[in-house]
Amino acid sequence: MNKEAAAYRRKKFLKYLLIHAAIISFVVICVYPLLRILSVSIRPGDKLFSTDLALLPKGADFAAYVRLLKETLFLRWLWNSLLITVTTSFIGVSLASTAAYAFSRFKFGGKKGGLILLLSTQMIPAGMLILPLFLMIMKLGLMNTYLGIIIAYSVSSLPFSIWILKGYYDTIPRSLEEAALVDGTSQLGAFYRVILPLSTPALSIAFLFNFTTAWNEYLVARVVLFSSKQYTWTLGLFELQGQYITQWGMFAAGSMLVTIPVLAVFLYSSKWLISGLTLGSVKG
Amino acid sequence: MADVKFSKVTKKFNENLILNGVDAEIRDHEFVVIVGPSGCGKTTLLRMLAGLEEITDGEIHIDNVLVNNMHPSKRQIAMVFQDYALYPHMTVEENMSFALRLRKAPKAEIKERVTEAANILQLTTLLKRMPKQLSGGQRQRVAIGRAIVRKPKVFLFDEPLSNLDAKLREEMRVEIAKLYQRLNATIIYVTHDQVEAMTLAGRIMVMNHGIIQQVGTPIEVYRKPVNLFVAGFIGSPTMNFIRGKLKVEGDKLYLKNDDISLYIPSFLLSKTAEHDGREVVVGVRPDDVLVGGAAREKCSEKLDGMLEVSELLGHRENLYIKVGDTRVLATVEAFFNQSPGSKVAVCFNYENMHVFDKATTQRING
Repeated sequence: MNKEAAAYRRKKFLKYLLIHAAIISFVVICVYPLLRILSVSIRPGDKLFSTDLALLPKGADFAAYVRLLKETLFLRWLWNSLLITVTTSFIGVSLASTAAYAFSRFKFGGKKGGLILLLSTQMIPAGMLILPLFLMIMKLGLMNTYLGIIIAYSVSSLPFSIWILKGYYDTIPRSLEEAALVDGTSQLGAFYRVILPLSTPALSIAFLFNFTTAWNEYLVARVVLFSSKQYTWTLGLFELQGQYITQWGMFAAGSMLVTIPVLAVFLYSSKWLISGLTLGSVKG
Repeated sequence: MADVKFSKVTKKFNENLILNGVDAEIRDHEFVVIVGPSGCGKTTLLRMLAGLEEITDGEIHIDNVLVNNMHPSKRQIAMVFQDYALYPHMTVEENMSFALRLRKAPKAEIKERVTEAANILQLTTLLKRMPKQLSGGQRQRVAIGRAIVRKPKVFLFDEPLSNLDAKLREEMRVEIAKLYQRLNATIIYVTHDQVEAMTLAGRIMVMNHGIIQQVGTPIEVYRKPVNLFVAGFIGSPTMNFIRGKLKVEGDKLYLKNDDISLYIPSFLLSKTAEHDGREVVVGVRPDDVLVGGAAREKCSEKLDGMLEVSELLGHRENLYIKVGDTRVLATVEAFFNQSPGSKVAVCFNYENMHVFDKATTQRING
């Protein structure tokens, strides 16, 4: 019996070890490139490659950061990106939350077809949409404007957000809205006072998706924006890449700095990503 | 408080007829229980009254006001849902005061009404808790409290106890009965549990296939079911049904089938000759079946039966008896003390016997 127990413990320990080894190796794969970029950003001179494998190079300094902030429009690009991304995310989530509510709760002609159509737009590669987007934005007279890029970003994330939110709304019992209707709200009031507060996990996911997509986007921005002052950070950083010389130090420094807002948004929204908000509302 | 009137109310879902011209009147301060099997349309009727379901045809009046196209919140009703439907992101207090806050009632009034309802339902210590921190019974009490606070004209209960365990259901049943005595409100209560219907109702409305089968006091519905459905649905254990043909022998009427020749006294069916040859179903409640010594003492005409199974329930005992191929259930005082397979004498309490026409399923005795 004791032998069996010892064998069982050994097996359990081995399993534990294997799982942790796998997880640690994945973490290393994810974190190592980031550390290399950090290393490049604090390496003296604009050297991307080095024979030195140390993550903390000799004579490390923050000169690249200072130069990036002083000699380029980096802060302006960052501000542009923030403005576009945050506005896009709010517009995207607002439109998706109401559209998804309609898809979840109401019966109307073309509901099923509409949902499938939304999903099918996600299967079209982003590159294919560049030309029609360019034509539309040009005809609207919104080239090189924030509004042009905000419209392009907001609508491209809508289908995914609608599907995520519709799926979540479907899990919220209808009786909650019915109780609110009897209590005195309108249909919109029931949505606003009962459904929305209960949907914060799904709203956070939709917001994060909108945020990261818009934050990292390059292709559409390249087509719509053409003056350096209007650039988002993705376009701005590529300004540092010349035909003969690339300022790798500043490039890496910029890459490090742009992770901060995303990190902050992720950390902040994690508290909303809690599940089980509807616990206790109905039977069980 | 108010009365409620359904006039030829019809509901169709696509081509399916759910309610077929329901006519009913619920008087002021009355406790009416709508009872029926799943899918009979009872919840749909309640939801139509609440304004949560559109009315295909007919009219619904609350307090003499036509409410067909009125928003639920304007109907002055309060509803307790089967699954409680508490707002999970609000405390008990916020749940209970939600409707009043929407109406922008003065804060002092809100506090007073919530405190009053919490006192009635023993929720005072739970006011700051979230619904997920409550037990099933407490959640149900909060749902009722939310309704009380609004002081509506009509209370609607949609199977409010069906999610509770048997013991809690019994407790809450008593609570609701006490609450009715205290509020003296108009209550419409939907359930499929006929025990709830019998114990709570002032009047019972029995429904099946979207049609009201019978409306009456619990004792009327139990003692004088108007048709086979009501007879079979109300009462636990279920009524025994014996099928056969009425036959006149001399000046006496008998129910005859392959196994049974049962005397039908004239006070049950007069004008004996008229019924000769009629196909009928005779209904006898298990409590009205006399077995063994009781049968021998009280009946002149007895049937020969064989005890198949006996179930001891505590102070009562269910006896499953075969009379020929017909099975009869008798509920007698414990302990019967006969082993399965033994022969027993069986007879029925004629006073509580029911005779239904087989073709129309309607009651034919008085």
